[in-house]
Order: sequence, then C-alpha cells, then structure tokens
Amino acid sequence: MPSVAALSHLDHLEAEAIHVLREVAACFRKPVLLYSVGKDSSVLLHLMARAFAPGRPPMPMLHIDTGWKFREMIAFRDRRAAETGITLLVHTNADGVARGVGPISHGAAVHTDVMKTQALRQALDLHGFDAAIGGARRDEEASRAKERIFSFRNAQHRWDPKNQRPELWRLFNTRIHPGESVRVFPLSNWTELDVWLYILREGIEVPSLYLARERPVVERDGTLLVVDDERLPLRPGEAPALRRVRFRTLGCYPLTGAVESDATTLEEVVAEMLATTTSERQGRVIDHDPASSMEKKKQEGYF
Amino acid sequence: MAAGALAERLRRHEARTRLRFITCGSVDDGKSTLIGRLLHDTNLLPDDQLAALERDSRRHGTQGERIDFALLVDGLAAEREQGITIDVAYRYFATPARSFIVADCPGHEQYTRNMATGASTADLAVVLVDARKGLLAQTRRHSHIVSMLGIRQVLLAVNKMDLVGYRQDRFEAIDGDYRRLAGRLGIADVQAIPLCALDGDNLCRRSAAMPWYPGPTLLEALEAAPARTARSDAPLRLPVQWVNRPDPEFRGLAGTVGAGTVAPGDEVVVLPAGRRTRVARVLASSGEVAAAVAGQAVTVVLADAVDASRGDLIAAAGDPPEVADQFAAHLLWMAEKPLYPGRRYWLSLGTRTATAQVTEIRHRIDIDTGAELAARHLELNGIASVRLSLDQPLPFEPYAVDPALGGFILVDREDHGTVAAGMIDFALRRAGNIHWQHLDVDRAARARLKGQQPRVLWFTGLSGAGKSTIANLVEKKLHARGFHTFILDGDNVRHGLNRDLGFTAADRVENVRRVAEVARLMTDAGLIVLVSFISPFRAERRLARERFPDGEFIEIHVKASLATAERRDSKGLYAKARAGLIPNFTGIDSPYEDPEAAELVLDTENEPAEALATRVVDHLLATLA
Repeated sequence: MPSVAALSHLDHLEAEAIHVLREVAACFRKPVLLYSVGKDSSVLLHLMARAFAPGRPPMPMLHIDTGWKFREMIAFRDRRAAETGITLLVHTNADGVARGVGPISHGAAVHTDVMKTQALRQALDLHGFDAAIGGARRDEEASRAKERIFSFRNAQHRWDPKNQRPELWRLFNTRIHPGESVRVFPLSNWTELDVWLYILREGIEVPSLYLARERPVVERDGTLLVVDDERLPLRPGEAPALRRVRFRTLGCYPLTGAVESDATTLEEVVAEMLATTTSERQGRVIDHDPASSMEKKKQEGYF
Repeated sequence: MAAGALAERLRRHEARTRLRFITCGSVDDGKSTLIGRLLHDTNLLPDDQLAALERDSRRHGTQGERIDFALLVDGLAAEREQGITIDVAYRYFATPARSFIVADCPGHEQYTRNMATGASTADLAVVLVDARKGLLAQTRRHSHIVSMLGIRQVLLAVNKMDLVGYRQDRFEAIDGDYRRLAGRLGIADVQAIPLCALDGDNLCRRSAAMPWYPGPTLLEALEAAPARTARSDAPLRLPVQWVNRPDPEFRGLAGTVGAGTVAPGDEVVVLPAGRRTRVARVLASSGEVAAAVAGQAVTVVLADAVDASRGDLIAAAGDPPEVADQFAAHLLWMAEKPLYPGRRYWLSLGTRTATAQVTEIRHRIDIDTGAELAARHLELNGIASVRLSLDQPLPFEPYAVDPALGGFILVDREDHGTVAAGMIDFALRRAGNIHWQHLDVDRAARARLKGQQPRVLWFTGLSGAGKSTIANLVEKKLHARGFHTFILDGDNVRHGLNRDLGFTAADRVENVRRVAEVARLMTDAGLIVLVSFISPFRAERRLARERFPDGEFIEIHVKASLATAERRDSKGLYAKARAGLIPNFTGIDSPYEDPEAAELVLDTENEPAEALATRVVDHLLATLA
C-alpha cells in the first residue's frame, strides 16, 4: 500500500494541476486551453489527457499565431493536435496582418500588443470562452508570483492585481457574470526545473528547438537570434554563423534569444538547468524594461 | 557527468518531498530580506533577476546602496511605489532534500484576507519578530490567523540579533513571551531561532556571533519540519469533482482523494444520499492502479449504477462523516460590504455548493487581545464565531480534523465576490445519521432549497390602475436579489387556463378561484407568486387568502380613481366598454369593491411605479426577516 510520504513534490504538483483542470471542466460553460507550443503547453496537454482519461479532454485548444513563430513550432502544433484528437483553433489578428504589423517593422512592444494581446482578446470574444487555461508559472516573473490560480478578468479582459479574489485551500470561486472570464493557471506552483523534471519523468515530447543543435545565428544587442526564415533583415556586417544553440523558452523567433549549449538530450537539458544562473525569461526581448511591464501587459489582457 | 550519475541525481530531484510555508511579521521586521537571502543563499536567485534587483534597488529601494530584497517579493507596481506588501507572493526554492513553496504574506491589517489565502495551504509559519521590539500587536494578530487556519508549527525567527548585541537573554525573553501566546492559541510546536537575516546568520549557515545557540539554522529547521499533508491512515473521503462519461460503457467519478485510501473492493457510501456500494476500479494519473492515497487525483468506477455527481462525497462505508445543515463555525469576513445575519450567500465546501445564511453572530473576536465582543454585523477583516444555516444537509468534518471537508468560502450572490472564509467547529443539529435514504420533500424543504419562504403578492385594482406595471417591476427586483418568482397576470391566464371563462359575475368568481389554486400550487413549490388580477370582489379575495397559511398572502391594493384609469386606458378597453362593446366591465357596469384591510395600498396617482415597487419589495423582505 503506497503511503502519503511516497507522494513526491512532482506528484503533488501533478495532482494539483489535474484537480484544477477538472474544476474548469466542471464549472465553466465554454473553456479553452491556450496552447503556445512550448514546454509548458506540452505539459498541459499531457495533464489534460490524464485528467480526463479514458475520455478525450472536453475542450478545444487555441493557438494565437502571430505569424512569426518558428516553422518547427507550427509543424509540431499541427501534429500534436492530430495525435491527441483535440480540436485546434488558430487565431491571427487579421487587422494586424493587414497593417503589416511585425516585430521587425514595429518593434517588440507594438507587435506583442497587436499580434498577441489584442489577438487573444479577439479570439476569446469571438468564441465566447469563459475560461482560458494557460501555462504561466509564478516563478517566471514578479507580478505572476502574485497571481491567483483562477484569475478573474472583467468584461474588458482586465486584471485588477490590487483586488484579487481571495483563494483559500482548494476552493476556487468560479462564479462569473456573462461577459466576464477567468484565466486559469494549473502550473502556477511549478518551477522551470519542475517542468523539465516532469517532462523527463513522463517522456513528454517537446519541440526539438529546446535541444542544442547547429543553427544559423546572428548576435544582436547581446541576444542570439536564430535566422528561421528570410524575413529577418540582416544589419550591415551581420552574417548568420552556425552555432550550437538551444532555447529555454519559445516565442516569435525575432524576439526569442537562444543560449549556447551542448545539451542534446532531455537529461542534459535538465543537468544544465541545475547548473544555470540565469532565469528563462532572460531570453525574451519583450520582458526587459520597464520593470513592471509584465504587470501592465497582463492588466491589458496579455497572458 | 556520467549518464548513470546524472540519472541518479535527477531521480533524487524528482523524489524530493515538499513543504509549504508562510512568512509573516510586522513592517520592518525584515521578512522580505529573509526570503531574499534564502533564495540568494540557496542559489535560487538567477543572475539576471539579481541584476534587475540591483537596478530596482537604486530606483525604489530603501537600503541605500545595498540590495533591497523587499523589491524581490513585492512584485506589483503599487507595492513598489508604496513600499508595502498588498498581496501574497509565492516564491520557490529547493535544497537537495526538499522543495519549498513560500507564501510571503502582507502584514497590514487591511490585507488580512490575503494572508489567510497564503496560510490556508501552508504546513508551517515562519513568524518574524524584531529582537529590539519583541512581540507587537501584528505578531499577535498573525499568530491568531495562523492558529485559526490550523497551522500547528511555528518557527519564530527572532531577527536583527546584531542590533541587540547578539544577547542570549533578549532572545530567551522573546522566546518565552511567544510560547505563552502560542500556548493560548493552541500552537503546539514552536521553535525559536535567533537570526540576522541581512548577514545570513543562522539562516543557511551557523552564526559565529551566537555560539550559545545550539539549535538548527532556519533552513535546517525547514528541511526537518513535517508537512501537513492529507492523512492516508484516515477513513476515505473523496469529494466527486466531475463525472467522466466518455461513452455509454464508462461512468467514472473524478476527484482528489482528501483523506484515506481507495482500492477496488472497498465498501463505500455516497453522501449525502447515503447509498452504499463498492469501488470497482481506480484510475490514477498513470492509469489503472491497485490503490490510491490521499492527495492523488483519481477517477473511480463504482460497482453499482448509483446516482452520484459533482458535490457528492464518496466515504468509507464503515466510518462515514457526519451530515448536517446547521453549524457552529469561525468566519473571517473578507469583503468591503459588511456581513449581516439573515442575508443569503453561496457556500462552497469540498466540491459542493449550497445556500447559506449566518443566523447568529455569537461574538466577534478582537484579534489583538483575544477578547470576545458582541456584534450585530461584521466588517472587513472581522473574525467571529457564528451559527450557520444551510438549505441542504452536507457531509463535513470539523476543520481541526480535516481542512478539506471543514473549510468553506462564502460567495456573494450578486457581485460573485469571495466574501468570507469559514472553518466548521461542529454541527448544531444533525440532519440525521447516514442511515436515512431519502429526504421527505415537503413544501418547506422545496422552499428551503430555494433559500426563501413562499409568498403570494396579490395585486388588486381597476383595469389600468398599474397592477401589471408594478408587478413586473417587483418581479425584476426580486429576481435580481436571487428570489424564485412567478407572475400570474389576468390577461395572460385568460388566454390559456381560463380561456373558457367570460366576464359574468360567476365566471369572475371562477376565474379568481382557479388562479388562487394555481398560486397555491406554486407556493407549495416554494415560489414567490405575484398575482396581478382585477379581482373586484372582496369575497373571492378572502377565499383566496384562506387558501394560504397565515402571513403568506399579501393583498396589495393598486389604487387609481376610475377617472385616472379611464384616462390612461392603455389597452383601449374603457373606450370599448363605454361604447357597449364589453359588458360587465369593472368600474363601468360591474362594481369594484375596495379592500378593507389590504396589507399595502399603493397610490398610483401620486407616486411613480418604481417607488411603489420598492415599497412592495421592502414590505415583502420585512415579512421574510
């Protein structure tokens, strides 16, 4: 007979996440899983399968495609959707596309606002989703460390960080009025290391961008950018060079910095994690400056 | 690193246990510094976050050129600007032996609810005290909340020992003071540690300055502390969260095991209905298993097709919990709107939701002194001992036995805010032991389920007096307050049920009789019924009144003079009646008998309909109180 002591930290995290996912299925009219193709989304997809087995997860997944994702991410996304049988919805801000908004022409801030934040709000309104599950974790960033697992949004998708609903025990207040919604974060209490340990333990498939390989790289303003297609204009003197790199986090390729690494297997990635002295979001261009920018973006409806 | 060694190292990481704890203390006790140092000294503070912290320290910090660790945990812009902690911040660190989740709690009284959020899931509390100041009012308040939420282990961090010359007698005096407080509050396990968080003394390494202290460092104490996990040696408690029905062949009940173990063949009882059956299969996250324990998320299949759904509790048949609908409980009020006894809220406990009202505030507790004070209402952050009445019986455990089945929240039915956290002490009246099978469903039970008492609001008056207008407004207001209502309107009923009746005196009597009977059936169903009928004759109105228990029938005379009603003539009926096209029209060629003792008289010529509707609602609420 197993004992409680046998439940490890990872077992607890897994059980908590499954509990949260089932709570969403039981309490909301039209939930959706926000799928961003990265490692956290891969873990969520795995947990979804477990939470609702032997049935299929009772909700679709939604990908906000900015048009600037790594090509491998899109291929991986489509394959995983087909394999899991979960309905995949893809939304792109058509207005942004028409205006030619992109990270290179408009900069990280405008691109993120138009193609991610506004696109997400459009998609949620379009489908009338009342709960959106995301893979954000509290260890990622200081304002996220403050956020509830069930995070209330008003009809304008705004987060009010100073007036959050108290969230006691495992009792989640899922009551909302029409038009209001919640963002749900089943991985709130996971750290980046927990995510990797779980991926390793469960044998979860992730895009190979997380593993080191020779890739065409330019170094720009201290960030290693992988030239994923011909849309990245090279500055004078820049020439892509093959370097052994991998990613700790995945986003729009011109905004996501790679790290030099020799970790070509998941085990080696975790070993690297244990030795690392920088946080994963360091590679994200949009997070830098001003200090409370994530809080602001979140208030406006960013994930 | 060799593959084998790496695999072994990863396996150890994977198998780490965990501890959740909170840190609390007064402003300037050095709480944030302590957490910052813990993260820093366990190498869990990444370089780029440290660099950002140094940058922010120069911009917002209060430590001059030194790093202001408070900025690490105060992640909201408003917190940085005001230099206070508003909400709980969760931070994560680990040693080779254990993973830690820290909830850094606000100290200010106005954010007590956020401290409760952090404390509700904690195994242990680190209470900080400034060695120069000793115990403060906030220390007492925080310890009270810690105790109320069932935390039984406290690490008393006596900080800033450097500022009292590392004196042992000072440390021991504070330790003694705190143990007396903890004894009063029922906190059994207190360990005091002298610290200097700024320098890291006795945090992660022994202090050379305090050789007289033989005990563990804070980190060692955290590594050694037992976790308050769910008990697997207790009888099974499995609240049903979600019914898994992917196909006609499979019907599983999904939930997280709250206590005990569950295995195929176990005899269980489904509460509150009380049906007994056996467990046929248990699915855990990895698939079918021989047994699952407290803390695991499972899906169970029962041997018989018993009715079970979200909110039910699967419990060990040999040792089920009590089922009750009235409780003594402690309440922490968390909303700006005060608590008034009698108001109804949604109550969530386990996976079940009921409607509840506080029937009595037994006393408020002054958290600074522990004194019990009389109170008629409860303000934000108020704590009280209350009596609670529910619309349905539910299975529970006292909070001290099982927080998962004894802790509840109250949710406002209008704005949907979480307004209170509650902890059940004991049942006031047992709803019956678990051997009963079914409730006798009578009119009182139906009404209780709706959280209301049935009433008939009988609007009588001339055609065009304003009955339907006011009845409609009243219904809207009642509906908004969460009452279950129904309008029986004269015109509408005559289109259906009373289609065969005309306007002769006999037909009018029959018309009223039938409507009274329908209203009676509806009050039996627990509804508040609004009857909007001319009902011109006293005798029939009296007959209608006699169909209902005393106090349930409220006669409302909607009054307008014939001239006014005729001038309004919104349906053009008076004109037709005057033209002789409608015989026996009330007021024209058939009498209207004014009520002699109506509960309410509404003068529609001098007051707007909206105000009159409010009067009706107020009157009704007064009869319900």
